[in-house]
Amino acid sequence: MKKTYKIEVDCANCANKMEQAAKETAGVADATVNFMALKMNVEFEEGADVKAVMAEVLKNCKKVEDDCEIFL
Amino acid sequence: MNKKQKKVLVRIIAAAVMMIVLLLLPLKEKSPIRFVLFLIPYFTIGYDILKKAFKGIMNRQVFDENFLMAVATVGAMALGEYTEGVAVMLFYQIGELFQSYAVGKSRRNISALMDIRPDFANVMVDGKLEQVDPDEIEIGSEIVVQPGEKIPIDGVVVDGNSTLDTAALTGESVPRSAKAGDDVISGCINMTGVLTIRTTKEFGESTASKILDLVENASSKKSKPENFISKFARVYTPVVCYLAVALAILPPVIRLIIGMDPLWSQWVYRALTFLVISCPCALVISIPLTFFAGIGGASKEGVLVKGSNYLDALSKAKIAVMDKTGTLTEGVFKVTKVVSNDIAEDEFLSLTAMAEVYSNHPISKSLKEAYGKPIDSSRVSDVQEISGQGIKATVSGKLIHVGNEKLMESIGVKASEIIAPGTIIHVAIEGLYAGYILISDEIKASSKSAISAMKHSGIRSTVMLTGDSRQVADIVAKDLGLEKVYSELLPQDKVTMVEELLADKTANEQLIFVGDGINDAPVLSRADIGIAMGALGSDAAIEAADIVLMDDDPKKIAKAINIAKKCMRIVYENIYFAIGIKVACLILGALGLANMWVAIFADVGVMVIAVLNAIRALRVHNL
Repeated sequence: MKKTYKIEVDCANCANKMEQAAKETAGVADATVNFMALKMNVEFEEGADVKAVMAEVLKNCKKVEDDCEIFL
Repeated sequence: MNKKQKKVLVRIIAAAVMMIVLLLLPLKEKSPIRFVLFLIPYFTIGYDILKKAFKGIMNRQVFDENFLMAVATVGAMALGEYTEGVAVMLFYQIGELFQSYAVGKSRRNISALMDIRPDFANVMVDGKLEQVDPDEIEIGSEIVVQPGEKIPIDGVVVDGNSTLDTAALTGESVPRSAKAGDDVISGCINMTGVLTIRTTKEFGESTASKILDLVENASSKKSKPENFISKFARVYTPVVCYLAVALAILPPVIRLIIGMDPLWSQWVYRALTFLVISCPCALVISIPLTFFAGIGGASKEGVLVKGSNYLDALSKAKIAVMDKTGTLTEGVFKVTKVVSNDIAEDEFLSLTAMAEVYSNHPISKSLKEAYGKPIDSSRVSDVQEISGQGIKATVSGKLIHVGNEKLMESIGVKASEIIAPGTIIHVAIEGLYAGYILISDEIKASSKSAISAMKHSGIRSTVMLTGDSRQVADIVAKDLGLEKVYSELLPQDKVTMVEELLADKTANEQLIFVGDGINDAPVLSRADIGIAMGALGSDAAIEAADIVLMDDDPKKIAKAINIAKKCMRIVYENIYFAIGIKVACLILGALGLANMWVAIFADVGVMVIAVLNAIRALRVHNL
């Protein structure tokens, strides 16, 4: 399953870091962050609990870039 | 500027003023009072970076830009280089501010370019017009669009007459007319009259929404340079940091061993210079920004690109395979030549059209259309359709035969032999050969110049595929100056043909296929880059293609290639420029030839120039 989220982040490299962090989160099959459109596309693994996974993704993103937001 | 940016600007100005004042004060170099005074502008400009750096350490993010800037400036302050410590923070912030402003500005620019999102729909409620969220309109509802408003949802005109401005969708400034019964698409601006439209789609499925969705998501499909840059950024920062550590420790230790003065502070200073250059910002921001601007500029011209990877591929296009009907030709059959042996052309055409009065064959339709006047069917009698040959009829007392060579043969008439791009209709009057009419699919006015423009843009081989007869195909191909032509193909043959051409090219060359999106979806997806043209309102084509040309002008193909080339040129300029300057500064810094001032100017300057260069990709109108 794929979902798109609006994000808020200030620098392009931070967006890349968020992408990496999201990709490495359990339950996420793939993720891309589009810095220019400020969007995050997440592809979930089968049977993943989207809400829980996204909470984890947000936590991991905050770790790599404190000043970011994902609008869940 | 938004609130956040304004706040940073105020801090930048405050810190800069304070620094200038401090530099003018007669304070002793490296005195404690000077140190304390310089801490004021330092914290004013850098407190948030120091805070973020601290949080980064807590989260074990060692190679975080904030952390690096913090180490570099704290180090500079500790070495007694107070001005440099403050200046690095100051310019770093200026750079960040500029970047965020430029990105925000181009985001707004591009959404302004794509200003086709309708905000409301007018619905008649109890005799009064009410503005409603277009999302709430159901299929089959009637909406009213007033002059100056955007059509919010695709539909059919039920009432009214107007002209539509399609420029935002197609890049074409010629307005289209709309009257009752016409299909209209969302995103067009209604210019002159009030239109009542019955919607045929939901808002989310309408053209405007689909296009916006496509453009907004385009930059999510990343190209090779973008992936390279994000990998590079991940490696670059740690490598520079390790180099900095090595630079701070190794030379002094070696000097100690060989009995020289270790000069610790000089080498630590050089190492700190490294940290200032370690931020990959210029690259990381300018590459996606270039693609974003390129895709935005292209959409403005009616060229929708579904991902930055396709711009990359399109810039390497070498082989152009095109469908004939609807792509290079109009796709409409018209009378293009009337040759009458004895009687006047007008009369000849009218006799022919009358003989065809009851027929619904596409050819009869084009004959009647060429005649252009209503037909008095009372003058026509004894109509007999001869299957596969033509028609026999009596018109105003004269026996007329209209049909192909076989029909002429069967009545013993010798038809003249003609080779022409199209279908020849022979006519016999009273059993005598009277002349012929050529019905053909006209070549588009711009096709020829489009082909030569493509060759200018680096296409080395132009190929036409068609299901049409060899005779017709060869004439069209010769007219347009195409290199290769394959005719009499079935739809599945086209796929095989494209596969053969794909196998025939080198890995670096890209093959584009251009079709009108009607039943060539398999070929569109098989080619390296599938381009659908004239796709305005055709969902199937938008789905299947990688690049969508909103109108059906073949000149847009060369334009799309030129846009891609410009975009990729800027991308590579930025990559070489930014990496080149950084490496040069690293070397100069290690040799002690570049101090922290040079480093921060290089860092921020490269970023500013790269961003300005990236925005150039937006200007593609004259390509």
